Amino acid sequence: MKKLLAGAAMALMGLTTTASADGHANYPERPIMMMVSYGAGGATDFQARIVTMTAGNEDALGMPIAILNKPGAGGRVGWNWLASQAEADGYTLGAYNIPHFIAQSIKGGVEYSADSFEPIANWGADPAVLVVGKDSDFNTLQDVVDFATANPGKLTTSGAGLFVGHHIAALQMEKAGGMKLAYIPTKGGGAAAMKAVIAGEVMAGINNLSDAFRAREAGNVKILAVADLERNEFLPDVPTMMESGLDVDNSSVNFRGVMVPKGTPQGIIDKLAETVPTMFENSRVAGKMKAGGSPMHIMTRDEVLAMWAAREETLKELLAGL
Amino acid sequence: MEFIFYFGDVFTPVSFALLLVGTIGGLILGATPGLSPTMAVALLIPFTFQLEAAQGLILLGAAYTSTVAGGAVSAILLKIPGAPANIATTLDGHTMAQKGQGAKALQLSFLSSAVGGIFGVLLLIFLTPVLAQWALAFGPSHLFWLAILGVTVIGSLDSRSVVKGLLSGCIGLWLATIGFDDIMGAQRFIFHPSLGGGINIIAALIGLFAIPQVITMFARGRRNDAAEVIKVEKHPIGGAIRELFRNNRAMGIGTVTGSIIGLIPGVGGQIAGLVAYDQSKKFSPQRDKFGTGHPEGLVAAESANNAMVGPSLVPLLTLSIPGSPTAAVLLGGLLIHGIFPGTDLFDNHPDVAWTFINSMLIGQILMCIFGLYVAGLAARIAMVPQSVMAAVVLGLAVFGSYSVQSSMGDVYVMASLGVMMYFLERFGFSAAPLVLGLILGPIAESNFIQGSMIANATDGMAPYFLGGGLNIFLIAVVIASILYSGYLELRSRRYTSKEEIMA
Repeated sequence: MKKLLAGAAMALMGLTTTASADGHANYPERPIMMMVSYGAGGATDFQARIVTMTAGNEDALGMPIAILNKPGAGGRVGWNWLASQAEADGYTLGAYNIPHFIAQSIKGGVEYSADSFEPIANWGADPAVLVVGKDSDFNTLQDVVDFATANPGKLTTSGAGLFVGHHIAALQMEKAGGMKLAYIPTKGGGAAAMKAVIAGEVMAGINNLSDAFRAREAGNVKILAVADLERNEFLPDVPTMMESGLDVDNSSVNFRGVMVPKGTPQGIIDKLAETVPTMFENSRVAGKMKAGGSPMHIMTRDEVLAMWAAREETLKELLAGL
Repeated sequence: MEFIFYFGDVFTPVSFALLLVGTIGGLILGATPGLSPTMAVALLIPFTFQLEAAQGLILLGAAYTSTVAGGAVSAILLKIPGAPANIATTLDGHTMAQKGQGAKALQLSFLSSAVGGIFGVLLLIFLTPVLAQWALAFGPSHLFWLAILGVTVIGSLDSRSVVKGLLSGCIGLWLATIGFDDIMGAQRFIFHPSLGGGINIIAALIGLFAIPQVITMFARGRRNDAAEVIKVEKHPIGGAIRELFRNNRAMGIGTVTGSIIGLIPGVGGQIAGLVAYDQSKKFSPQRDKFGTGHPEGLVAAESANNAMVGPSLVPLLTLSIPGSPTAAVLLGGLLIHGIFPGTDLFDNHPDVAWTFINSMLIGQILMCIFGLYVAGLAARIAMVPQSVMAAVVLGLAVFGSYSVQSSMGDVYVMASLGVMMYFLERFGFSAAPLVLGLILGPIAESNFIQGSMIANATDGMAPYFLGGGLNIFLIAVVIASILYSGYLELRSRRYTSKEEIMA
């Protein structure tokens, strides 16, 4: 009976989209949970905890957001769960990583695609950068391109796995420069890939800007180029790949944000889409993010929808040959 | 000697209170099955948002050291290793508890933890720059040989028969291949959605060690034979200290092995205890007593897994590379305050760096005192009737495996592995070699694939895997380890056959 009533209520809401906003006027009435598909302490988890820490404030959602970690298989476990098992009632959010989950869904073997989720807002953008050890002979992107062109398949380049931003950046570099790299995916994420560069196990590496920035501060690496449309405020002296003559756009930038499973009531999506970006703009959040060296990039739901669509197109083209 | 100037900061009222909270809380969290040190530290991170940088790190550092030691409590009393670090502790620790020597086992484990732990932190204080180079020296080819070295231990670990030990190791190696392969992106043996992320090591540990016991206890039913009731012996702390010094060889081997292995990023914590246990077994004249409740094995295992704590932070503090999952969580705790590990930490925030390291030193001592205080009390758990105990352990097993990743899938994995292990144990197989296979499989595999990718792009497989001083040294150790195991096996065979003739 209860289920029937609930179903009837849902049907009514579906009939009148304008009225549905009123139906969820009291949302949220209890604490909200946000699934993070990487382990506790990782960059995504760390940032998710910071950007949601003010959710309980009156001017934000008025209810706290608790983080639930479901790590495994490069994020596939968590996103599978969100797409197929999580309840679409507005009390279960998820953190997304672009291009990871779109690239994984294109390669197959998972239960989700970009259509399985509804984006809410974007909080961060961590571009991929090209790093080399501090004693490396390479000093510019051109040096690297020259070497890779002269020695196809000999330039060992570490990155945090397959079908993540680092891998996409490597593929784009190969395509733009007409060269062949030896991309070495490491187990253990960006930290292991960075260690390989610092220890000299590989000749170059593609890594997160935030981690590379820290490694450069510690005096361990040189950062040669950023795979983004413009220079980054953390690294004003490092040129973009385009400036250095490689036609690599921002497809590999690791965007992080909040989404909900498809089927979440439209009224709740609208309410979240309106509130969450302002929550990210909170000065305490911005301060903590900056202190941690995590670049912020706030985008609204409409902007994210456009970004997802654009990514899906580029990635399909890029991964078609693999 | 700079660190001495910052000792005062640890003893301000707020800092010391946090240190106490971190230590005692850490012991309790560590003693709870399923809450590994990584989990415990991650749970505490949000609390440090509100604290000052140094104070936040005191809390995290104290919690890290004491959860590692606390894991021994459930390993000894319940035979549930709280983390991979405590596997070797169960082998002799739990057998001691079953003989009624639980109090002695706990006292010894806390004392040897403190000795190993303090040595590890002192290494961190005095030798950090040297050690950082050592940590970087291990590339994929070296880690591969190190994993192979671990495999040579499998046959002789906690098992009467080398063949059965190797067979259970192989089962472990196979289980390790399940899931999405991170390097090639392939899907292997995913016949149920809950296996998508592979077999979680903590869930597997709980299942393999706790469930066979639970089934055995239930199978006995409510029968309360007189022989069933374990008399818990009281044990004076002074006696435990004397016992510890009698086992100075095991303590030395444990401490040194733990410190060296702890340094190696990505490997350290998981196998330090097992390798130390195996080494002290090989060097001991009483090696036959290992596994039957022999204090030597317990001392080696526990001093090793706490000795690894200090060195495991070297790559993080100097190079800003987290070498273990727990170090990655601690990195978050530093970043939230805008402190970057590396030169920035020691040059611009020496108060934070040294206060943190000092708090781990004092945390070890506090952990030991508190642990000794409750050891006698905790050992009385062995007096709980078995039927009640079975229910409690089962509850803890389900709770523990669920809480690792908030996933029912892990509970199914835990339960099915546990039931499988119950039958395997009846045929003389044991859990420790199986778990070692499960841990070493991914290390060997991913480093071999990575190494071969690098080798193919550069100077070829043979020079990459077989060349270089460190490779040759590790290969020599592997060969020595195999020959020595073979020699021991042959010798013990001759002994048994002689006894058989006598009989």
